[in-house]
Amino acid sequence: MAHSVRRDAPELPDFSLLKRLARDQLIYLLEQLPGRKDLFIEADLMSPLDRIANVTTLKQHDVDKLYKVEHKPIVSTSDQTVRGCFLYPLTNWFLFPDVVNADKAFGRFRRYKIIFSPQKFYACENLLEEQGIFGDVTTDEWSFYLLPLDDDIISLELPEFFRDYFLEGDQRWVRTAGSALHLLHSVYGPFSKVYGIGRCSKMAYESWREQVEEGEQRARQAEIGNVFLIDRDVDLVTPLCSQVVYEGLVDDIFRIKCGCVEFCPDVTSSDKSIKVMLNSQDKVFNEIRNEHFSQVFGFLSQKARNLQTAYDKRSGMDIKQMKTFVSEELKGLKQEHRLLSLHIGASESMMKKKTKQDFQELLKTEHSLLEGFEIRECISYIEEHINRQVSMVESMRLLCLLSLTENGLLPKDYRSLKNQFLQSYGIEHLLTFSNLKQLGLLVEQQPGETLTVMESRVGKLVNDKTAGQIQAGPNTVTVFNTGWVPIPLLYLIQSDEEYDLRVPRDMAYIFSGAYIPLSCKLIEQVLERDGWTGLEEVTRMLNGHEFAVTGKTSGVKTDSQRIILVMFLGGCTFSEISALRFLGREKGLKFIVVTTAITNSARLLESMLDNHA
Amino acid sequence: MIRGKPDEDDYWNNSKFKAFTFDDEDDDFTRLKESKRAVNSIRSLVEEEDEEDDVEKVSWSGEPVGSISWSVKETESSIRSTGEVRDQSFPKIHTAPSLPKNSSGYSLSSLFKGKAKTGSFQSFSESFGDPSIRNYAPELRKPKSEYKDYVSDWTPEETVKRMQQGKVYSLEKFRSLQDKLLLLDEAVNAHDGNVITAVLIYLKKSLSKEILFRELITREIALRHYIHYLKEIGEQKLLVELFKSMDRTEDMALMQYRDHLNVRDENKRRDFLKNCLSFPFSPDDATHVQDHYTLLERQIIIEANDKQVESSGQADIFKKYPRKASILNMPIITTLYYSCFYHYGESDGTFSSPANIRKTFRISDKQFLLTCLGARAKLKAWFDVDALFTTKNWLGYTKKRSPIGFHRIVDILQKNNAPVQVLQDYVNLVEDVEQKISLAQKYKCHDVIINTYRDLKDRQQLIVYRGKVERSSSEYRKIEEILSNSQLRWKN
Repeated sequence: MAHSVRRDAPELPDFSLLKRLARDQLIYLLEQLPGRKDLFIEADLMSPLDRIANVTTLKQHDVDKLYKVEHKPIVSTSDQTVRGCFLYPLTNWFLFPDVVNADKAFGRFRRYKIIFSPQKFYACENLLEEQGIFGDVTTDEWSFYLLPLDDDIISLELPEFFRDYFLEGDQRWVRTAGSALHLLHSVYGPFSKVYGIGRCSKMAYESWREQVEEGEQRARQAEIGNVFLIDRDVDLVTPLCSQVVYEGLVDDIFRIKCGCVEFCPDVTSSDKSIKVMLNSQDKVFNEIRNEHFSQVFGFLSQKARNLQTAYDKRSGMDIKQMKTFVSEELKGLKQEHRLLSLHIGASESMMKKKTKQDFQELLKTEHSLLEGFEIRECISYIEEHINRQVSMVESMRLLCLLSLTENGLLPKDYRSLKNQFLQSYGIEHLLTFSNLKQLGLLVEQQPGETLTVMESRVGKLVNDKTAGQIQAGPNTVTVFNTGWVPIPLLYLIQSDEEYDLRVPRDMAYIFSGAYIPLSCKLIEQVLERDGWTGLEEVTRMLNGHEFAVTGKTSGVKTDSQRIILVMFLGGCTFSEISALRFLGREKGLKFIVVTTAITNSARLLESMLDNHA
Repeated sequence: MIRGKPDEDDYWNNSKFKAFTFDDEDDDFTRLKESKRAVNSIRSLVEEEDEEDDVEKVSWSGEPVGSISWSVKETESSIRSTGEVRDQSFPKIHTAPSLPKNSSGYSLSSLFKGKAKTGSFQSFSESFGDPSIRNYAPELRKPKSEYKDYVSDWTPEETVKRMQQGKVYSLEKFRSLQDKLLLLDEAVNAHDGNVITAVLIYLKKSLSKEILFRELITREIALRHYIHYLKEIGEQKLLVELFKSMDRTEDMALMQYRDHLNVRDENKRRDFLKNCLSFPFSPDDATHVQDHYTLLERQIIIEANDKQVESSGQADIFKKYPRKASILNMPIITTLYYSCFYHYGESDGTFSSPANIRKTFRISDKQFLLTCLGARAKLKAWFDVDALFTTKNWLGYTKKRSPIGFHRIVDILQKNNAPVQVLQDYVNLVEDVEQKISLAQKYKCHDVIINTYRDLKDRQQLIVYRGKVERSSSEYRKIEEILSNSQLRWKN
């Protein structure tokens, strides 16, 4: 897709090893408990577990029955219960003592074991102790840190990371992130360079370093060269934008869970929905996942025509040819046919949904916000969105984008929009507003800080020097100084000229050519400069906490030096992954994305809600 | 109708804007349709045979799932062959003055020293804060052997490290306030939330809350862990005290307010909210909470009344449109919609009347109109719709006015299946001529189009339009009439 594609990109390391490690440890844990046992699995852990082990494997290790954790007394014939628990949120887990005590009341004494994944917390053990069931229940950990979702995506499957760290200020997952890095380092390292930005990245790095120092060292041929750590709050704008790349759009609309999506009957044109794995194994998907949605139709129709031709070949075949056709080609064609009709169905359904939702107008508003143009029009669009009680999360997303791009809302607007929001969606969202404020996603401008957009753009910064340095190609680069705002914004907006989405020229194609995601732009710049030199002004606005360290490795340039591991602390979007894949193709690099979870605007904002009991 | 979820509506969730297009939508869409047809047409061949697992299915139903395809190749689990041996000591971040780790040296001891001199600790040994001396202190009191029996010798740093590694540790020996705080600060410096919380649990058990709160004020990171921990285990009361002691009254108020979500019974919830009114919210939030209380109070009255009316079958409106859900705990706008639907035209004095709700909750004209329009259009009460826009001037002439553009009104009406006769009245009111024509064409309001072209004296367009309507229709006749009118002076 890019004009200048380097074809010498190195091969990716084999991450199935990580699954194997996790599976072996699980089996080991199960074997620690001789005899038949039931396994209770927390809902959140089910999909990840499914990627690691299947039922047969579990049965082979004396697992009798499998249950979903439902926080009610356990009806089970087995006298030994192994309970897999994805620990948090603690509030759910809190009910476990009741289960044990209910058992006791019936005069049953069963052995319980809680296996925490990926690690146990003292707070939970303390709770067991306080409830007087510490001896009845024993605990263990399943160090299942990393789940490879695809050839180049590894997830920690910790969606709670974002809220716990950025909103609550709880650092419970910092060491987990450090341990995950440690694991990757000891299997695929040693890494030669580590760059990072953000407070959490720094702490995760420290934790990782300490764990490396504690453990034994083994010398190996490195399979991954450099590492880039980035905190999600360095760039909160990108995950709040509508996704228009195929994979991102599928995630926004159907929600991809653990690399798997459930397509509704609407898509499958049958009466039941089906679950489909979405990864590079799916040949059709693999070709369209990174494409701008508008390019997908053309591709799919071409594919359909090719398929038709391939099928048509069989007319006029003699028996022998037919036999060969059936044995050699038919299976492949059939598979392609299935995948094709699936993705055509999905595209069609997404198109319908988006049409109903006035997607074009929504995108226009988003772009105006990012460019800082026609803000009053944007505000009245958002107002109308709220007044009509259209999707609550969408309204919130637009409000947050407005606040992030405008250094906060004018007090008058803030009050009025908040008032209308509460009227439309429920007054209990007072709590949500308080959370958003705490995180800096939706704030009021401080008194005295009443610069207009133009003033802040022209007067306060637009540091020509920085802008000039970060400028790449024909892109116009604008740098906003956001002063007091806790989440500063540097935006990389494209000039107005026509952008040919068929031939993307830079990472901006993931947002229809309108702007380049900041997170990915930073990565590109730092890799290019081999550090943060020249980006001082930018990092100052991003609250600093940038670092770059070099390991003591020999200067041998191997292929692994062109494999870059990027870790997002707090989640990353499929659009960002697509952008990095694009960058990789352009520069002859391969990116491996490690993230605490795959996120999107809805997940990010839903984690801010407090309106349920 | 009454909406269960505010974001689930489709009754007026409609588009004034043009449909979703990326480039050339029609083309793409047709192409897509063609592809689909093509693919479907070859389906017959494919479906003769078993559906195979070309598409991987994933489930966890307790039944064996044979389809997980990652499958194990019996690879060596021993990790990779050895390469060259290198010095692999792991680098620290050098350019990091802001990292707490590096600044830890000064913060701890200086803090304690400062505190020690201010009074309350003077009775302790003067040597505290200096670990090298403190470590010897116990030995002065007890023989070394006895001491070793029950107290391990780990320093705060070692203890924290052991806790991080999941090894045996003991916190009991951290008895003096200074030792406890050293331990806490060490945990904070290790950036491990799990350990920070563990230490906080110990401090919670072994320090009076006043002392703990006082020490937490200067320790932001530890404080946030403590608050989060208390939230998770539901220690509401302690949290309230904590916020109070820190003068974080708004946080305290919001946290207590949050509890209303746990109150299921509507009357109890109302009483709970009433109780909330006295909490120290910010002025704006206080108004919202007041609204919340008033709203639920009204909803309870309306619900009780309507339930009774509905079941007795007295009112036609409930018979014709039975209620789908209770109005309790719905947002203000949903309540207004409900009121416009079931209680339209009631006098301002009743709680359930739209006017009363509008006034009580200070609903803007625009919002009121949108909601009311939606409800009346849903009921096809076109007369009411008309009345919403009609104003009389002092001469007694009527005129239609709207705080929102008439193109939006048309849109909402159309989504509610308004007949063309109704629609065209509003299309006519759209000021922008181009917009008017495009709306009229979209909704087939022939009269509007014909009249507009006539008024524009655009003969050409009128002729073009004549080609689009049926020959036998009244529209056709009308166009013919106009075109043959010699009085008109066409511009083209």
